[in-house]
Amino acid sequence: MKTPTRNQKLDMLRRMVTIRRFEEEVKRLYRAGEITGAIHLYIGQEAVAVGASAVLCDDDFVTSTHRPHGHCLAKVFDLRRTMAEMMGKATGLSGGFGGSMHQFCKAKGFLGGNGIVGGGLGIALGAAFSSQYRGTDQVTVCFFSDGAANQGVLHECLNMAALWKLPLIFLCENNRYAATTPVAKSSSTEDIAPRAAPYGIPWAICDGNDVLEVHRCVAEAVTRARTGLGPTFIEAKTYRAEPHCGIIADTRDKDELAAWKSAAHDPIRRFEACLLTEGTLSEADRQAIHAGVETELGEAVGFARQSPLPTLPACPSERSSTHA
Amino acid sequence: MRKLTYADAICEAQMEEMARDHSVFVIGEDVDIDGGVYKLTRGILERFGPKRLVGTPISEEAFCGLAVGAGMTGLRPVVEIMYIDFILMAMDPVINQMAKIPFMSGGQFTMPVTIRAQAGAGTVEGAQHSQSFEAWFAHTPGLKVCMPATVHDAKGLLKSAIRDDGPVLVIENRMLFYEEEDVPEGEWLVPLGEAEVVRTGRDLTVVALGYTRRKVLAAAAELEGEVSVEVIDPRTIVPLDMATIAASVRKTGRLLVVHEAPTRNGAGAEIVRRVVAECFDYLDSPPQVLGGADLPIPFSPALEAACIPQVDTIIAAIHAVYP
Repeated sequence: MKTPTRNQKLDMLRRMVTIRRFEEEVKRLYRAGEITGAIHLYIGQEAVAVGASAVLCDDDFVTSTHRPHGHCLAKVFDLRRTMAEMMGKATGLSGGFGGSMHQFCKAKGFLGGNGIVGGGLGIALGAAFSSQYRGTDQVTVCFFSDGAANQGVLHECLNMAALWKLPLIFLCENNRYAATTPVAKSSSTEDIAPRAAPYGIPWAICDGNDVLEVHRCVAEAVTRARTGLGPTFIEAKTYRAEPHCGIIADTRDKDELAAWKSAAHDPIRRFEACLLTEGTLSEADRQAIHAGVETELGEAVGFARQSPLPTLPACPSERSSTHA
Repeated sequence: MRKLTYADAICEAQMEEMARDHSVFVIGEDVDIDGGVYKLTRGILERFGPKRLVGTPISEEAFCGLAVGAGMTGLRPVVEIMYIDFILMAMDPVINQMAKIPFMSGGQFTMPVTIRAQAGAGTVEGAQHSQSFEAWFAHTPGLKVCMPATVHDAKGLLKSAIRDDGPVLVIENRMLFYEEEDVPEGEWLVPLGEAEVVRTGRDLTVVALGYTRRKVLAAAAELEGEVSVEVIDPRTIVPLDMATIAASVRKTGRLLVVHEAPTRNGAGAEIVRRVVAECFDYLDSPPQVLGGADLPIPFSPALEAACIPQVDTIIAAIHAVYP
């Protein structure tokens, strides 16, 4: 397995910082009333989306969740159109028809967020089936959560993916909470990944706040998938630093929150410290990356604000072919 | 002309579309074992192999979800649901995913998914193998729904459904599977959204959904000389060919809709609503719906028959609308 080059590492850092700052800006705009609806922030989990997506090619597929901004930015990396979608604008990735939970990008293989917990599992199964059917070496990464792990469809999909050796990576982001319910109250075991074992699917548990470890783990799984060896199940242990969604107050233990947000756990500060120590990153580089992200983010917000609102297509349900 | 059964028409439609387009594949429970439980995939394995005729575990939610993902990434799945009752296990992929993703994605994705599911009572299989769900799916924006009631339409509608770029639910009826009809050689398509005037008449319009078409025609034949009945098979529930139905009602001034699904909140209620909205001034009597009883279908054969429209209850309903 090739380790990432310096440029790849810096790009991963840039993407993690982009997601963090994007989400902080979304939170600010939500509180200001410029963004409405259900907003599920990805802060604290950036290493998972970025570490995994860095392994993928543009034509590989990703399915996401109700917390999709990070996955979308990592795979598609279009701040302007992602922010425009957040504001329900016609220039958004989904033309304003999808919103926070339903960003799609066909050109980059991003098969959407999903408003239904576990809704992406079957879609990922189908994308993996499709690449096997069409004889390509595309793989599919299915992001889901400790919450979705308790939906019955996961069992169905694990079985079928193993039965047919589909090029599919089940990437369970265990962020320790399903909405507001902690894993200890909803899961009969602390670890979720071993649920893959009875299906004969190789599994691994990784530190989801260590982007290089996520990258290494996913890279192994992708190699297996591309060479016809079938699915892999990865559980990335991480932490959701924000409440479940924009409207919910955070009632979690304050010490627990503080610990996960500290330099010892925060995935961005950890990665920066690692890169600074190994000499890959200088303090000047670090500041330049942050400054670059601020510029792009400011432009994205400006673009979204200035974009027009969408209009309804005529009678979409009765069109003879597709809608919209 | 030649003889063909409804079941063989379904096989023929699938094989013609598979030969025409390599992205078409058929997936479902038991489909690859001896042509499936009802022989609706007979001959496909021998001709196209296991890659394109995929037997699945009993996992409706996963394989309907699979169809969504496959449909988004260049394939054209045909999903067989052995009994429509089982599709309830897959309501998330059908209602939340395939019906909405073309719209939610701003038109980036098409969803060329066909779901074939057989429905209806009449074979004494109890409440969970006898339901008629067309109204459930017709109520969901983004889905098309058709109900072929003849051998000709079983083939023609299915071929149109497979070629459609949006999700289409084709509701087949197992009472018809082994019925034979004279049909032409070669291929034909029946467009989605085109009703058929099956019988012309002057006194009232009967819109008959699915298998009730046969019973309504039998009732109309019995009433020959007494009541002149025009019979319309809408064939597609969404999109509904309102133009044909409205033209008929403007001529006859009376409407009866017949279907097997429970009357309450059924597809008939929607047809009556649209007729009232569009043809109010032409109506000579209140439009009516004769549906199934508002009950789960009972097992006992006598009770099952009593819970769905029969020729005698259709005749009584016609007399009520045309006294």
